[in-house]
Amino acid sequence: MIRFESREDLDKYRGIWKKAYDMEKRKILICGGTGCVAGGSLEIFDRLKQLLEEKGLSVELELTDEPHKDVVGLKRSGCHGFCEMGPLVRIEPEGWLYTKCSLDDCEEIVNETIIGGRCIDRLAYKQDGKVYERQDDIPFYRKQTRVVLEHCGHINALSIKDYIAIGGYQALEKALFDMTPEQIIDEVTTSNLRGRGGAGFPAARKWESARAEKAYPKYIVCNGDEGDPGAFMDRSVMEGDPHRLLEGMIIAGIAVGAAEGYIYVRAEYPLAVERLRTAIAEAEQYGILGDRILGTNVSFHLHINRGAGAFVCGEGTALTASIEGLRGMPRVKPPRMVQKGLFGKPSVLNNVETLANVPGIITKGGAWFRSIGPANSPGTKAFALTGKIKNTGLIEVPMGTTLREVIFDIGGGMRDNTEFKAVQIGGPSGGCLTQKDLDLPLDFDSLKKVGAMIGSGGLVVMDSDTCMVEVARFFMHFTQNESCGKCVPCREGTNRMLEILERLVNGQGRDGDIEMLEDLADTIKNTSLCGLGQSAPNPVLSTIREFRSEYEAHIYEKRCPAGQCVKLRRYFINPDVCRGCSKCARNCPVSAINGVIKKPFEIDQDKCIRCGTCMEKCSFKAIRMEA
Amino acid sequence: MQNDNMIEIDGNVVLLEGEKNLLEVIRKSGVKMPTFCYHSDLSIYGACRMCMVEDENGRLMASCSTIPRPGMKIRTNTARLRKYRRNIIELLLANHCRDCTTCKNSGTCKLQDLAVQFGIEDVRFSDTRGTLDVDDSSPCIIRDPGKCILCGDCVRECNEVQNVGVIDFAYRGSKAQISTSFGVPIGETACVGCGQCASACPTGAIIVRDNRSIVWNMLDDRKAFVTCEIAPAVRVAIGKELGVPDGENSMGKIVGALHRMGFDEVYDTSTGADFTTIEEANEFVERLKTGENLPIFTSCCPAWVKYAETRYPGILPNLSTCKSPMQMFATVIKEHYKGHLPEGKTKHYHVAIMPCTAKKMEASRNEFKDGDEPYVDTVITTRELIKMIKESGIVFEECDPEAVDMPFGTMSGAGVIFGVTGGVTEAVLRKVVQDGSKASLATIAYSGVRGMEGVKEAYLQVGDREIHIAVVSGLRNASELIEKIKSGEKHYDLVEVMACRYGCISGAGQPYISRRRRVSRQKGLYDADRTSLIKRSQDNPLMDSLYAGMLKGREHELLHVDYVKDGQK
Repeated sequence: MIRFESREDLDKYRGIWKKAYDMEKRKILICGGTGCVAGGSLEIFDRLKQLLEEKGLSVELELTDEPHKDVVGLKRSGCHGFCEMGPLVRIEPEGWLYTKCSLDDCEEIVNETIIGGRCIDRLAYKQDGKVYERQDDIPFYRKQTRVVLEHCGHINALSIKDYIAIGGYQALEKALFDMTPEQIIDEVTTSNLRGRGGAGFPAARKWESARAEKAYPKYIVCNGDEGDPGAFMDRSVMEGDPHRLLEGMIIAGIAVGAAEGYIYVRAEYPLAVERLRTAIAEAEQYGILGDRILGTNVSFHLHINRGAGAFVCGEGTALTASIEGLRGMPRVKPPRMVQKGLFGKPSVLNNVETLANVPGIITKGGAWFRSIGPANSPGTKAFALTGKIKNTGLIEVPMGTTLREVIFDIGGGMRDNTEFKAVQIGGPSGGCLTQKDLDLPLDFDSLKKVGAMIGSGGLVVMDSDTCMVEVARFFMHFTQNESCGKCVPCREGTNRMLEILERLVNGQGRDGDIEMLEDLADTIKNTSLCGLGQSAPNPVLSTIREFRSEYEAHIYEKRCPAGQCVKLRRYFINPDVCRGCSKCARNCPVSAINGVIKKPFEIDQDKCIRCGTCMEKCSFKAIRMEA
Repeated sequence: MQNDNMIEIDGNVVLLEGEKNLLEVIRKSGVKMPTFCYHSDLSIYGACRMCMVEDENGRLMASCSTIPRPGMKIRTNTARLRKYRRNIIELLLANHCRDCTTCKNSGTCKLQDLAVQFGIEDVRFSDTRGTLDVDDSSPCIIRDPGKCILCGDCVRECNEVQNVGVIDFAYRGSKAQISTSFGVPIGETACVGCGQCASACPTGAIIVRDNRSIVWNMLDDRKAFVTCEIAPAVRVAIGKELGVPDGENSMGKIVGALHRMGFDEVYDTSTGADFTTIEEANEFVERLKTGENLPIFTSCCPAWVKYAETRYPGILPNLSTCKSPMQMFATVIKEHYKGHLPEGKTKHYHVAIMPCTAKKMEASRNEFKDGDEPYVDTVITTRELIKMIKESGIVFEECDPEAVDMPFGTMSGAGVIFGVTGGVTEAVLRKVVQDGSKASLATIAYSGVRGMEGVKEAYLQVGDREIHIAVVSGLRNASELIEKIKSGEKHYDLVEVMACRYGCISGAGQPYISRRRRVSRQKGLYDADRTSLIKRSQDNPLMDSLYAGMLKGREHELLHVDYVKDGQK
């Protein structure tokens, strides 16, 4: 095992591995992201390996130091983002993408594609009757601009060699040998990179402040505690391109003057933890991380801290408390993180996506970064797209892309061609956007203006079957559970808001409940200690603002217009259709249906628990449900 | 606003004088800003959100955690601030036991006060509290989590000031609780019983165990001979709630009230302190001679003894083997009346009136029993005595002062100052330094042992030797000092430790007052010393007679305790 003692060493091996990379006759990239692994992609990997070896093909699991011809590169990649089509297998150099692969498809892939060189249309993605062989042609990908996620799905996520071969750690080289720390900060300032964790605070300003602090040691802390329900942008980077994050952190360390870094990853991301550990170990072995990086006197050590899964630990001071071994609770500020952060020392806290943007900014320049998206929110943003749309998954678009483009072009529009109703952006801290906001550019400032926020980038698309009161209840339940319990408004207030929302969806809403929700929301928003509490009422406030009539229907008519609230459903037997067979009555779990055989039966609404069993069992479609 | 060191509070100009936070400035300006979680002794916690204020742009901030900047224009009482405060109190009440009249803390509860102050007459939310068990496993304190508002004051007191750390937050969101680790009963933890958590608690969630009914039953028992002793610090703290200024020596009134309540004989623990002084001084001189087990640590404070037992068992041999003044006096009086009870009396109860909650624990320790009979039958605190006086209907401020009883009714000024940090040391030094002249006493008083600092150092020439002394109050201070001694950074011959900051005057059994006003209690005790005829313990004539009589040859048996051996039992 060699250790790079100089820039030349790294460049030499980059050349060797690039050659090895280029000489691979074909690459098979099996998605090794959490979603596809759950779908069995690792078994597919093993099977393909076995089959390729049986066929006498030369299989390469990692780039070699002695490049030779006619090898097939078999790699576990990071997440492609198109998780609902997984397990995914990508074939290079053609760029074909096979979707929903199974063990049974492996033989065909080897015979047809690897040996025969033909695309298997059966496994290719199809939309509206059209077959898309190449991944880049698929509408879901075509409209995306992948910067942070550029390598995810395209390189071996378990080997530093792939990353170096395609140009990785060039930014580190530049930062280390060609730039001063001030120049690094200047470049990031030029880029106007804003924090991707939610608040959009300029990254360079944090770096600058921390650099100016006299105390030592200083720390670079990476927030990988992605807690929004349904969001997995940071996970994908950590799993699929871990070295990109490492490189960003080392550069931040050089800029700030920190020799120590912590990555706080939630324990629910075991794969991310594993990949990061592998990456750190490899980077240390090659002398890219640790003492005397690339033979210089710059050192940077990285530690991984696993979080126990508390949403509040995404808040900076709670996160550092957790790393220190204390209870994850936010503390009052000042002092700010850059003054007294981790272990009471100056610390820079950036999220994964922010740091993963850094290598690109250093190699290509801040001006390049700024050329993407609007000037006040440049760059791209990754979103986790879910809900009632055709294509769900992880996407990356330039900031300023409209919601319409995201939902209808990339997301393929509404599933089952239902009507678009709203999209929840920013998870439990964000708000909902409606039809009228479809042409709103997605960037920090535009969203703030309409009372929503990008947050970490969760996008949940909802159609007319979604009850907005229930959406508000869902998010309030989440924040209530995740409140640390420190400050009164968040601890007690969210509890009471949840109580009211539960009342509403259960058909026990009272006159004045909306006003009480608004009253509490105002108090919580304005008096809570940390961001969790201050933003907790957002989903409620924005749904009240946009869908007040739905709230009113729940309270005054005991009706759920979307038909989603089970307790508000009513089941009726149509006497003209009912044959009096008694099947419904026999299946009713609470004996709420009575009648005389061969005469129309009736449902006792007081006893009925709205389970819907009767409607399911009726052979004559005599039972109807009213929302 | 030409001066660049001014800020405006509700239109009034206020000078900044180095206040660390806006809240202090606002309070200085004459506004009673409501808080639950702010204590000047503790770190800023920022959880109750009651102290939110607004600047001229409508920006909200918690004043406790805002650094005052010159030129600020702050409003403390706007419509929305009032609304937020009301909502916060209402939210707290919604999740709080509302049986105020039966609460032990009724009348001294901050939540109750603020609810009245803000006119909360209706709680709009349903009572969804789960039932939480009351923890009465400790002889000193009782925890009722149903009354807890999670301000964290107790946690910070226990951690930051006392370095005991047996309670902390557990669970999250609305299920959050203050808990011991793994929820074990507090009496089974390393809790030292100092009760400072109860002092800090704004509600009735942690209260001091109340032994009043035990005492009343004793007084009602016609066959019982009931004696009591009053600790030094009680006399300067009892007044506040009984119409006498805090710090004023009310000893005479207390004695009068206790006689009227039915105590047969009333004594002063200062007398016990005289025994302790003599014994401890002898022990100290002996150790100085042999050089063994130095420094000697005082052992009057039961919370400190428990702390040493749990945290620093290695230093137990250094603890003075003297019983505490309370125990020495109790032993002497029980021994005196043993088999010689007044006519018509068949049993002897001895009650100790203490500023301290840990004394309740000390009284129940096996070391302090004569067979199965504890020397001190029950301990009540100053606050319990206040309640008993109120219950009995005695108008305290009109109560005629009386003297303590005989035969144990003499005490020295040295015994009285035991109630304040540095007092034990000063008393012992008055014995160790043989010279009893005024000049000599002044040299001792000004050697550095007096004052309200948490850690004091003093050096005193005794014969041909310079004695190094440390006086600490607050267990974190103690623990930091011990670490320094262990590491060799510091060397002392005598270390006085009191668990409560500033000594017994701010014990958890006392009415709670702010740090600034504690000085008046300290002054009250030093005044009592100054006006006493006998300054030195060894000059107390009672000592001579007892050492020649009852104690002759039995000093060790009656006045000493072996924590090392007893700890191993």
